[in-house]
Amino acid sequence: MKRETLLAIVGALALILCAWAIPWLKFVLTVALAKGIAVLGILLLLRAGQVSFGHAMFLAVGAYTVAFVAPSVPEVLLLLPLAALLATALGLVIGLFLVRYRDIFFGMLNLALSMVIYSLLEKMYAITHGTDGIRIAALTFAGVSLEREVQEWVMFGIALTLAIGFGLLVRAYLGSPMGRALAGIKTRETRLEFMGVSARLVLLFAYVLSALMGGVGGALVSMTTRHVTPQLAYWTSSGELVFIAILGGAGSALGPFLGATAFELVRVYAAAAVADAWQMILGGVLLLVILFAPGGVWGILSSKLKGRGA
Amino acid sequence: MSTPLLSAKGLRLAFGGVKAADGIDLDVMAGEFLAIIGPNGAGKTTFINMSTGYLRPQAGRIEFDGQPILGLQPRAIVRRGIGRSFQLPQLFTEHTVLENAALAVASRLGLWSPLAPLLRPAWREEAMDLLERFGLQGVAGSRADALNEGARKLADIAMAVALQPRLLLMDEPTSGVAAAEKMQIVETLVRVLRQSGVTAVFVEHDMDVVARFADRVAVWSQGRIAALGPPAQVLADPVVQRDVIGISAHA
Repeated sequence: MKRETLLAIVGALALILCAWAIPWLKFVLTVALAKGIAVLGILLLLRAGQVSFGHAMFLAVGAYTVAFVAPSVPEVLLLLPLAALLATALGLVIGLFLVRYRDIFFGMLNLALSMVIYSLLEKMYAITHGTDGIRIAALTFAGVSLEREVQEWVMFGIALTLAIGFGLLVRAYLGSPMGRALAGIKTRETRLEFMGVSARLVLLFAYVLSALMGGVGGALVSMTTRHVTPQLAYWTSSGELVFIAILGGAGSALGPFLGATAFELVRVYAAAAVADAWQMILGGVLLLVILFAPGGVWGILSSKLKGRGA
Repeated sequence: MSTPLLSAKGLRLAFGGVKAADGIDLDVMAGEFLAIIGPNGAGKTTFINMSTGYLRPQAGRIEFDGQPILGLQPRAIVRRGIGRSFQLPQLFTEHTVLENAALAVASRLGLWSPLAPLLRPAWREEAMDLLERFGLQGVAGSRADALNEGARKLADIAMAVALQPRLLLMDEPTSGVAAAEKMQIVETLVRVLRQSGVTAVFVEHDMDVVARFADRVAVWSQGRIAALGPPAQVLADPVVQRDVIGISAHA
C-alpha cells in the first residue's frame, strides 16, 4: 500500500512537472487522465472477470451531454456532475439487463449497445451533426471565463484532482466487501449465491460505478478537446479503453493512469515519428506487455520497487 | 413428537429417463446428524440441491421449520438458515483463507458498505475466531488455492458456518481427503457443529465415519430412500450391505 501511495504522489508530481515544462503536453496529459478515470471502470469489471467492449458509450454520453448543454449552461462545475449523472442513469438501465450475462455475452452485448449509440449519434444529423460532430464553445469555471492558457491549466487541475479522487474511491471500493466479492463472480459465483449474496447486484454496483467514471472521463475529454464526434462511441474507442487497462495493469487503481499516460505518450510520439505505423507500434507494445509483463506497467513498477525495498 | 427442522414430502425429479428423486420422504430433526449413503447416481446430491433451491423438484414439497421453501432462490433459503458445503470446495481462489472467511461473515452482517474495508477489526476477529475453531488459523494468510484438499474442505464448511445456519447440508465432506486426515477432519467439524447447535445432513461414502458420527443413516437407492434408522441397525442390514455398501465402497 505504501508503495502505491508513493508511486501515486511521484506520478502526480511528474505529470505537473511535465505539463509545466512542455506546455503542449498539458493537453495530452489531461486527456490521458480523463481516459484513466474511464479505464478505472474497466478495471472494476476486469476484477469480476468481465470485459466490456462497449464502454466508450459512457464516455460518449458524458461528452455529448457537455456538447448539448454547454451552449445554454457553459459552467464546468455544473456540466461535470450532469454528465456523470446521465452516464450513471444509462449505466443503471443497461446494467439491469447486462448483469444477467457473463463473459463473451457480456462483452458483445456491451459492444452491440455502444454501436447502437454510435449509430444514433451518426445518423441523427439534425441534433448531433453526424460525423461532423459538435464544437464546444468557451466554458466558464465558477462563473469566470478563462483565457486559453489558464483554461488548459484549470482542466488539467480538475482532471488530476478527479483522477486522485476516483483513484482513492476505487481503491477503497476494491478493499471493501463488495469489491472483494467481485473476484467471486470471476471464480465462484455459486458460492456467492449460497452466502445469500446476489452476484448480479454485486456486478451491477460495479457496472454503474464504471458508467459514472466513463461519463466523467468523457466530459473531461470533450471539455479538453472542445469537439465531440460519434467516433467517441465507436468500438475502436472501447477497444482502446480495454487496451489501456491491460497496458496499465489491473492490479492497482494506479494501473489505468499509468496505462493511459503511456498510451497517449506512445501515440503522440509514435504518430510524430512514423505517422503511418503508429497503430502497429502500439500493437507491438501491447503484445510485449501481454507476453512479458501480464501485470502491465503497474506490475513492472511494483516488482521493481519491491525488489529495491527488499 | 416435535416438528422436524426440515421436512421433505414426495419429492420427484427426473432428468430424462433417470429418476434422481422418486418419491423422497424425509424428516430431519433438530440437533441430529443424519448421514446419507448410497451409490453414485442414487440422487444424494440432487436431494441437497433441491433442499437448497438449486434444483426445483417436479413434484412434492419441502418445509423448513414449518415454512414452505420450495420455489425460493438459494440465497433466500440461505437467509432462512439452511447452509451448504460442496463436494468440490467453492472458495474464492484469488483471496486468502482469512478473506474468504471474512467475506462469509460480511455476507451475514451486511456486504453493502462499499467503502469500509473487508478486514475491519470486528470482522477480522470473527473470521479469525472461526478459522481457529476449524484449526485453520495457521493457513489464514495463505491463498485459498494453495491449500491441501482437507484444509479446503474445512474452509468451505467454515464459510457455511460463518452464516450461522440452523441446518447444514454437506456434500461429501471427506471425499478426496487422505485417509489419515479423514477422521481428524470429521472430528473437527462435528465438534464445531455440535458446539454451535447446528443440525447436519451429510453425504458420506466412508462407513466408519457414518458409524461413528451419524445419529441416523438414510440409504439412497435409485432416487428412493431404501432404509432409514440408527447406523448400527441400518449398516448391519444384509440387503444394505450387499446392494449399497458393497457398491458405495467402490464408488
